[in-house]
Order: sequence, then structure tokens, then C-alpha cells
Amino acid sequence: MIQLDYFLLLSAFMFIVGTIGVLTRRNAIVVFMSIELMLNSANLTFVAYSSFFGDVVGQLFVFFVMAVAAAEVAVGLAIIIAIFRNKLTVNIDEINILKW
Amino acid sequence: MELAEILFLAFASIAVVTAIFTVISRSPVISALFLVINFGALSGLYLLLSAQFLSVVQVIVYAGAIMVLFLFVLMLLRPEKEDKYFVVNRKMKIFAVIVGLFLFGQLAFAIFASDIGQTVSIESSRSEQIGKIAYIGENLYTTYLFPFEAIAFVLLVATIGAIVISKKKLD
Repeated sequence: MIQLDYFLLLSAFMFIVGTIGVLTRRNAIVVFMSIELMLNSANLTFVAYSSFFGDVVGQLFVFFVMAVAAAEVAVGLAIIIAIFRNKLTVNIDEINILKW
Repeated sequence: MELAEILFLAFASIAVVTAIFTVISRSPVISALFLVINFGALSGLYLLLSAQFLSVVQVIVYAGAIMVLFLFVLMLLRPEKEDKYFVVNRKMKIFAVIVGLFLFGQLAFAIFASDIGQTVSIESSRSEQIGKIAYIGENLYTTYLFPFEAIAFVLLVATIGAIVISKKKLD
């Protein structure tokens, strides 16, 4: 039988890959994709715990996380489109108008 | 080796490889396509954990709706023009990988230090019962009705917000 540890390790690895993506990539859309990767790895942890402990709350929480992720992607991509209209770039090194 | 273990190994290796390729591939469109495969592998892992409802929702919402949105925006914003901005900043990349490996070491240590993985084992009858859409729906519409309505409102606000933000010209 597969142990809980393996699911947690896989999820940790995917989270770290997402973190490295956020730190290294300069395209705002790819940064968004890396954030989706991190959200999904957290979801995997939730489902693994929920299934191993026989508790449905983890799966309900994943359902809510998915809804929030959908909302986040819609608003985030709208912001990226608005920025692209103004500055004609999605490179996050050049989007620094909030920098003091 | 059992069938479940073989399936776990297959889905896990697909998830790991596609996650890495999502981050390292130069073209954002290729990244998005690898991310779709990653979501598919995760959906298979959910099925292995007998979360049938979430497995289907993962395919419909993530691999379907969210990735279509990503690809649509990518096509709209001409990503190939951005390729010249990907100057190789080697120092920062190495530093990021070191930080990531350090964090992974911490997480792996925490996972192996706790003995929770050895003590719990999956009860297939129980976990099959809770993964079903009937059980989830029953809980969703009774105990968790308020969060459910709240999330519906969040989605409505996000829809309106996305339309307003992408319509108006910022200055």
C-alpha cells in the first residue's frame, strides 16, 4: 500500500518547483502558472490527508481552493492585460511603477 | 508490485517531470501545455486517493477552464516578442535553486521526522464513501452552506472585477 509520506513528498517537491519558478521566471504569466502549481501541490496534501484520515473536510476545502484559484486567475490575468495595455510588456522587472 | 503502486509511480513521475518542464521551458505556451499534463496527472492521483468528485472537478476547472484562460491571454499578448527579455541571470537562478533545495530539505525532514505516515493507513471503504459526490454535496449544502454561498459571491465579484479591470484604461 502507498504510504502517506510519498504523497506529502510529491506535494512538497511540486511546491518547491513552483517556488523556484516564481523566483526565476520574469514573464508574469509564467509566474502565475507557477503559483497555480503551488496551489495544486497544497490541494494534493489536503486530499491525501482527507483520504487517509477518512475526513471529508479536506476535500471540501480543496473545492473552495479551486473556486478561489479560478477567481484569482480571472482577476490576475485581467490585471496583466491592463498592464500590458499601458506598458506593452509582461516582464515583471519592467513593471515597477509601485516601487518607491 | 500492486496496480495502485504502479499507477502512483507513473502519475507521480509525470507530475514531477511536467512540473519541472513548466518552470524551465522558454516558451510560455509550452509551459502552459506542460501544466495541463501536470493537472491531468494530479487528477489521476486524486482518483488513486478515491476522491472521484475532485478528480473530475480538477479536469473540468483546472485543465479545462483555467488553462484555456491562460492560453487565451498568452495568444493575446504575443509571448514570442518577450523572448528577448529572458536574459540568463545565472547567479539569481542558482541562488533560487539553492533556496528551493534548502526548503525541500526542511519539508522532507519534517515529513520523515513525524511518524504520521507510518501510523495512518487508508481505509478504502471509508475513503471511497467520502469521495463520492453525494457525500460531498450533503456536507456542502448542510454544514458548509455559508462558505459555499460566500465562495459563490467571491466568484461573482471576481467576474465583475475582471471585466472592469480589463476594460478600463489605466493611467
